[in-house]
Amino acid sequence: MPSHSEEDRLKSPLAKARGLGSAHHGAEHWLHQKITALANIPLILWLVWSIVKLKAATYAQFTAWLASPLNAILMILLIISVLYHARLGSQVIAEDYLSGWFRMSKLIGIRLFFFAIGVACIFSVLKIAFTAGM
Amino acid sequence: MSETIKKVQRPLSPHLQVYKLPLTARLSISHRAAGVALSAGTVLVAAFLIAAAAGEESYNFVMGIASSVPGQIILFLWSAALYYHMCNGIRHMFWDTGKFLEKDVAMRTNYIVIMFAFILTAATWACAYLTS
Ligand code: HEM
Repeated sequence: MPSHSEEDRLKSPLAKARGLGSAHHGAEHWLHQKITALANIPLILWLVWSIVKLKAATYAQFTAWLASPLNAILMILLIISVLYHARLGSQVIAEDYLSGWFRMSKLIGIRLFFFAIGVACIFSVLKIAFTAGM
Repeated sequence: MSETIKKVQRPLSPHLQVYKLPLTARLSISHRAAGVALSAGTVLVAAFLIAAAAGEESYNFVMGIASSVPGQIILFLWSAALYYHMCNGIRHMFWDTGKFLEKDVAMRTNYIVIMFAFILTAATWACAYLTS
């Protein structure tokens, strides 16, 4: 693990340790994972119930359903809570199994992936909600 | 020399290729697997919403896929992974408060989690197919 380059030999112990420790986001990460987990429970149950209810919905029926403010708001809350939860969870998995540059690129990729999915979902919901029946 | 090595009974970590994982360990890694599967599945949720936002034709197209046999199988697996991850996630949060951590209690809650996930999945699909 420790490399014995000339530069390392000259570094103080503090300089060597810098950047290798915790980012001090652990407790917050954990708490946010649990808050979103709790929020996910009613939201996911609502989603599955809605899917069962709308299983044979025509386009007009589906868009009218999503245009109702309560449904649109719940859908956007669900998208935010689930994707944030999934981003935090996937980050932990990447941190557990990967290291070095691959890990860093995976961590960046995970954030970009869930952010992009979130924007796509929220835009779609808003478009349907604001244009249904027009 | 080799004699002494043999005599020292050092504990070994489970060798994953040959060691049959206890149920608790299998459910633990399943929580992670379900989380990854559900995360990948968000692409399909986004695809559905984008298709619906694009208009009636693409909405009908994805609804056709969803109601086909492969589509129904994927939805079934999605619901099972979701319910399992939810039930086990609730157990995780009890563990976080320090409850149910004893080995025999964990074993009992293993079965409770599996049972609830099974019942919720079955009830959902019964509702989907038995109601109009
Ligand atoms: C339905 C309600 C849900 C509940 C109650 C829930 C609960 C939890 C909990 C408590 C954890 C943390 C486990 C730990 O401490 O190690 C977790 C992890 C995770 N969840 Fe969820 N979750 C839910 C839905 C979802 C959904 C919909 C997704 C994906 C779209 C998801 C993806 C993940 C991932 C990727 C992890 C990380 C797994 C790991 O670290 O092994 N969860 N979940």
